[in-house]
Amino acid sequence: MTGVVYTSTVVAAAEPYQVAIVDLDNGGRATVRLEGPLARIGQRVEFIEERNGVPYYRFA
Amino acid sequence: MKPVSVTGAYQTAFGTFADKGIRGLTVEAIHGALADAKVEPGEVEAFYLGNFAGPSFVGQNHLAPYIAAAAGFAGIPATRFEAACASSGSAFFHAVQAVAAGVYQTVVVAGVEVMTTQTTPVVAEILAAAGDAQTEGAAGVTFPAVFAMIARRHMHQFGTTREQMAAVAVKNHANGTKNPKAHMKKAITIEQALAGKPVADPLTVYDCSLVSDGAAAVVITSNPGAVRVRGIAQASDHVALQDKADITTFRANRLAAAKAYSMAGVSARDILIAELHDCFTIAEIVAMEDLGFCERGQGGPYAISGATCANGERPVNLSGGLKSKGHPVGATGVAQIVALKHFLESRNAPLGLAQNLGGSGATSVVTILERVH
Repeated sequence: MTGVVYTSTVVAAAEPYQVAIVDLDNGGRATVRLEGPLARIGQRVEFIEERNGVPYYRFA
Repeated sequence: MKPVSVTGAYQTAFGTFADKGIRGLTVEAIHGALADAKVEPGEVEAFYLGNFAGPSFVGQNHLAPYIAAAAGFAGIPATRFEAACASSGSAFFHAVQAVAAGVYQTVVVAGVEVMTTQTTPVVAEILAAAGDAQTEGAAGVTFPAVFAMIARRHMHQFGTTREQMAAVAVKNHANGTKNPKAHMKKAITIEQALAGKPVADPLTVYDCSLVSDGAAAVVITSNPGAVRVRGIAQASDHVALQDKADITTFRANRLAAAKAYSMAGVSARDILIAELHDCFTIAEIVAMEDLGFCERGQGGPYAISGATCANGERPVNLSGGLKSKGHPVGATGVAQIVALKHFLESRNAPLGLAQNLGGSGATSVVTILERVH
């Protein structure tokens, strides 16, 4: 699955992490964990795997 | 429908008051409002309570009768309303409907939250439950993260800047210094706000409202009073951010505002004082657009223009807002009504508006109050 970042943020925590809402190429939106630094809005991303029911994505 | 007046209003000090207890704080607010209205507990016909998460924060459920009995009106219908941060706005909306319909003549509406009993990570987790637990909660989308994502999208679409968001914080902190009941009576500068500790990009601690304890209460009645509810509406929307077509606006705000304006027979131009739901600085900017105080996308420039400062053309959050007055979640909706009534009277203003947002906009309550001559 691939798509583009609709919006995202890096949450400041002991171990910072990024959450994003992705506009999926095949329609719909998903709330995901996104690996890597703060994404650009519109940046292309791809699905890695599901961990504990949460979809993880990375830059495509 | 009968006209409904707010004849008594009281807010406890907001801050760290967990030692007073959820019941003690609410009873203090209720007795304050009853004294203000010159109404005895025995005259109250129904009790409406707004509370978001008493069971999670303090381990107490069945809160409305628990508090009603202590306030001295056991026996009457007593019900708790939950709508995240709009819990007591929703309680107020439903109470007004009942009085307007003639079901009751005099009722008490209160809101309360005790939050400082829990550590910050636990508070974040309890608040996150106002989002979609399955998609957002599981992925670690905290409430600051929700509003950070809204802010980033707003910045992307409209060119909104961090300075414009910081202007909201600076203004509300300045207003809070004049409110003896405010949680944080501390003025800040734009530079301080911008250099605040990061919370969720682009938000710093100065973009976020406070974790507070506190309660507020009002007496509403179909008897004539000096401050009348001229328009009121509640609306809803999807809970999850991903399910909203556009996250740079809150549809529930627009729906509630349109109905409230229509009921009141006024437009945004007539509103010269407002208490808006600034849970995060971006939320005040979006609310001003949704309510028609400025054009869509222009909330940032409007915020930094000075128009909404205490001496501006349309003061917003003279109380200090959630940012500085504090945000005991379940108390906020009624606390806004208390503040709005106070400023209508003290500033001799004819009309004012309160907007109470639940979660990321799945509930919105908009109230227009009129000072009657």
